[in-house]
Amino acid sequence: MLNYVWFGLVAIAFVTAIFTGKIPEVGTAAVTGAETAVNISLGLIGIMALWLGIMKIAEEAGLIKLLARIIKPVTKRLFPEIPPDHPAMGAMLLNLAANWLGLSNAATPLGLKAMEELQSLNKSDDTASNSQVLFLAMNTASITFIPATIIGIRVAAGSKDPFSIIATSLFASTCATIVAIITAKLLGRLKVFKKTDPNIAVIEEPEK
Amino acid sequence: MSEFFLEVLKTISNWAIPVLLVLIPTVGFLKKVKVYEVFVEGAKEGFNVAIRIIPFLVAILMAISMFRASGAMDIFVSFISPITDLIGMPAEILPAAFMRPLSGSGTLGIITELINTHGPDSFIGNLASTIYGSTETTFYVLAVYFGSVAIKKTRHAVPAGLIADFAGIMAALFICQLMFGQ
Repeated sequence: MLNYVWFGLVAIAFVTAIFTGKIPEVGTAAVTGAETAVNISLGLIGIMALWLGIMKIAEEAGLIKLLARIIKPVTKRLFPEIPPDHPAMGAMLLNLAANWLGLSNAATPLGLKAMEELQSLNKSDDTASNSQVLFLAMNTASITFIPATIIGIRVAAGSKDPFSIIATSLFASTCATIVAIITAKLLGRLKVFKKTDPNIAVIEEPEK
Repeated sequence: MSEFFLEVLKTISNWAIPVLLVLIPTVGFLKKVKVYEVFVEGAKEGFNVAIRIIPFLVAILMAISMFRASGAMDIFVSFISPITDLIGMPAEILPAAFMRPLSGSGTLGIITELINTHGPDSFIGNLASTIYGSTETTFYVLAVYFGSVAIKKTRHAVPAGLIADFAGIMAALFICQLMFGQ
């Protein structure tokens, strides 16, 4: 899927640029994009190390498992592939909680930790498991109680009611999350995607 | 009232991280975890994870930057605006809505401009804020999250993420029409 999207973006950009006369800009943009990507990644090193260190303490202290156990009733339905007490559950909850509070700096490292835990249960090295897809979809829809950035911009623009959008954002992101869960679950049942499910494919292999 | 609310939000934002950074090691210490050694052990991975993301993020950001620079978005918006007019979606919002899954900083730029030109309390200002506050940059999350564990075949993650974004934007439009009316 990403093959099509990626090629589509590049091809459309090139063809459009011929007509809009922006070929040089497109070339520059590709290089700047690559630079930005490296800067973002390198910028993550410090904060990643910090949160992974803290998470390791939380793990050894049994906090992650404790969290996993608390949310077990919800997660065992959402993530049937994951053992209910698995640390992946605790890490996912921490990531979602950071999103709720609008702490995007902490949310990314915690989310990556959760991804790593989910990967430890994935039988494939390069293919996403159903749990990983669902977790990602929930993250792109991210419920937020405190959209701090946008409130800041509204205050700066002299809004009379900068918080009026908290309720609307919460509503919209809750809808998006529900749709994300349903879509990820339903699409996972489609033949095209079921065929590539790394955790089913392995079981089917001996039949050959 | 508004002032008080702002203070509460600021306090939560300011306190959440320092509290976590003390709370977790405290529990660890009380449970006789060798906090310093364990922290260093965990932190070691930080470098590798960040480096692993690079190729994925370069690929995604290169394509998105090219797309943005080509002006394809403007053409796309002019094609689609007759349809979105029917559901009461202001044409001014469209670039922000389509940019949302592609680029966080790009969307923030567009939205800041919308808020400043139309006013933060206008319908457009409120709708733009709601869209920004309720969705994430899907392709960035995709590249970073899957990149960190070297997943290349993302299966149904792209359609699921985009459908969720679409639902979020539609829900934002619906609730803003209800609450802020035109």
